Amino acid sequence: MRILLMGNPNVGKSALFSRITGTKAIVSNYAGTTVGFTKGSMKLGNEEVEVIDVPGTYSLEPTSKAEEVAAKMLLEGDVVINIVDATNLERNLYLTLELLEKGVPVVVALNMWDDTSHRGITVDIAKLESLLGVPVAPTVAVSGQGIKELVERIPEARSPKPAPRTKAERWAAVGSIITEAQTLAHRHHTWLERLQDASLQPRTGIPIAIFALAASFFAIRGVGEGIIQYITDPLFHKLWEPVMMRLSDVLGGSGFWHDVLVGRLLGGNIDFQQSMGVLTTGLYIEFGIVLPYILIFYLVLGLMEDIGYLPRLAVLLDSVMHRLGMHGYAIIPTMLGMGCAVPALMATRILESKRERFIVATLISIAIPCAASQAMIFGLVGAKGWQYVAIVFGVLFTVWLVMGFILNQSIKGFSPELLIEIPPYRLPSLRGVFTKLWMRVWGFLKEALPIIMGAIFVVSVLYSLGVFDAIANFTAPLVSGIFGLPKEAVVAIIIGFMRKDIAIGMLAPLGLSAGQLVIGCVVLTMFFPCVAAFVVFAKELGLKKLLAAMVIMIIATIIVGGLLNLVL
Amino acid sequence: MTEKKKISICQLRPGQSGRVIEILGGHGIAERLNSMGIRPDKNITKVSSAFMKGPVTVSVDRCQIAIGYGMAQKVMVEVI
Repeated sequence: MRILLMGNPNVGKSALFSRITGTKAIVSNYAGTTVGFTKGSMKLGNEEVEVIDVPGTYSLEPTSKAEEVAAKMLLEGDVVINIVDATNLERNLYLTLELLEKGVPVVVALNMWDDTSHRGITVDIAKLESLLGVPVAPTVAVSGQGIKELVERIPEARSPKPAPRTKAERWAAVGSIITEAQTLAHRHHTWLERLQDASLQPRTGIPIAIFALAASFFAIRGVGEGIIQYITDPLFHKLWEPVMMRLSDVLGGSGFWHDVLVGRLLGGNIDFQQSMGVLTTGLYIEFGIVLPYILIFYLVLGLMEDIGYLPRLAVLLDSVMHRLGMHGYAIIPTMLGMGCAVPALMATRILESKRERFIVATLISIAIPCAASQAMIFGLVGAKGWQYVAIVFGVLFTVWLVMGFILNQSIKGFSPELLIEIPPYRLPSLRGVFTKLWMRVWGFLKEALPIIMGAIFVVSVLYSLGVFDAIANFTAPLVSGIFGLPKEAVVAIIIGFMRKDIAIGMLAPLGLSAGQLVIGCVVLTMFFPCVAAFVVFAKELGLKKLLAAMVIMIIATIIVGGLLNLVL
Repeated sequence: MTEKKKISICQLRPGQSGRVIEILGGHGIAERLNSMGIRPDKNITKVSSAFMKGPVTVSVDRCQIAIGYGMAQKVMVEVI
């Protein structure tokens, strides 16, 4: 048996999915969090049934990619749990009636039930049940309330199969259902609603946006640095270093395995940033520097997502984004890209046009540094002075703007209009925020760790074979001539294809000036996305688009790196 | 007694309400707006408009929808 979870965007399908299957799914407060479909399973009586979290859709007449997916999936389901936002019955019931007309057995979950009373909404559930002719169960998916009762009623799913209606008839039917089953009371604006309106009006909204983004930036930087200074650095230096020194002794202080595992000693000591051993630099970059920033970055992003701020940012930035060939909603994949390009590239599916997806994906791959790279830029460049960090970010932001502008001018077509629902602000649940944080951090470690270990391993092997000297000499005209970096920096560029954080870390032993470090970081960020992003780009947009993006990237990097070399 | 004036939601002031008369333009646009609850005879209230011809946000049935400027010009209402 196969159960489909269907409903309008942002009604809590993913939260309900996590509740009934125990499979974790990313939950946020904006339409389009789920772009693919997630499968899970649950026990129903003695039977193991499949549960599918279908992307949100307003109707079964598909108007976007996600809705097309939803309409197609309907053919393969045995039962539909139709999740309905209890605070917005009228619009939600339109899809419910469409589903019923298709003749699939339906159970309705009246979600966000806890939100109805303070919004002055009363729903007569028994009445609604009899009017629809299917079971209706009130639920609060984020807290788990009512989920058990909902599951118990799945076997009662029915399909009364009303005669197909025209659109106007369907809206009329919705209208008569809600006049009977719902009463609305007048009530005053809450402070959350006032804040809601203030963050949309340009006059108040723009200062709020600047404040929110600046506060996020300083929170991320401050907390990230704090964790490194007070937790991870002491752990590595006081606890791990003695262990590694023992290992170094056991391995005899040099030799192939010593260099692979511990790395090269500098002045008889381990230097966690420069030794380049799998167990020293590999672990240190990952857990010592990158992990602290990843933690705080995803905590801040998660809060913004769950509160429901991002769609408002999308509205405020829409007119600017249009001049860059995107619309405001592109800010969501772009912000995700500041965490990691992989989920960001997948999230470009929320954009309707192929042209816009290409522009957004290309800009993410070239001009948006992921959290791991940012952590390394903070650590390495920040040591030379924060003004240099500002230059790196300023240059990348300019590249993003200019490239967007050029792409918009040169690619045929136009950017589609924005049409999105602005969710109400919601106070995020602590449990929800931490579950999501844990999923993302765990996902990062699982994906990144093997590649990092592999990258460092490859570096040590190639070093001992002397291969890099040959490559360095060959690429010297580009690396030294145009970028003004020592020719050995090509090693970092090559490793950048595997992992950006390690690559930026490899600039550390080169003894670069502040200016060279800035160029190095900009070039590493812009040149080839890491292998994971590469693969996802090809999967999402196709090889041809990937090749086009790569050509743009190479040209852009050479121009920007060369210009910086002339200026700095 | 003159007939009430038909204007687009771009011309509404924030806080002003109107009844949707018609949605100009192609079938696709009308369809998408329709499924989000914006259809003829509905009362909507303008919440805000963004600078430089940014999206117009309206509230309909207690939910807010942001509509790109070009599309918003096609949603015709009469002020109520």
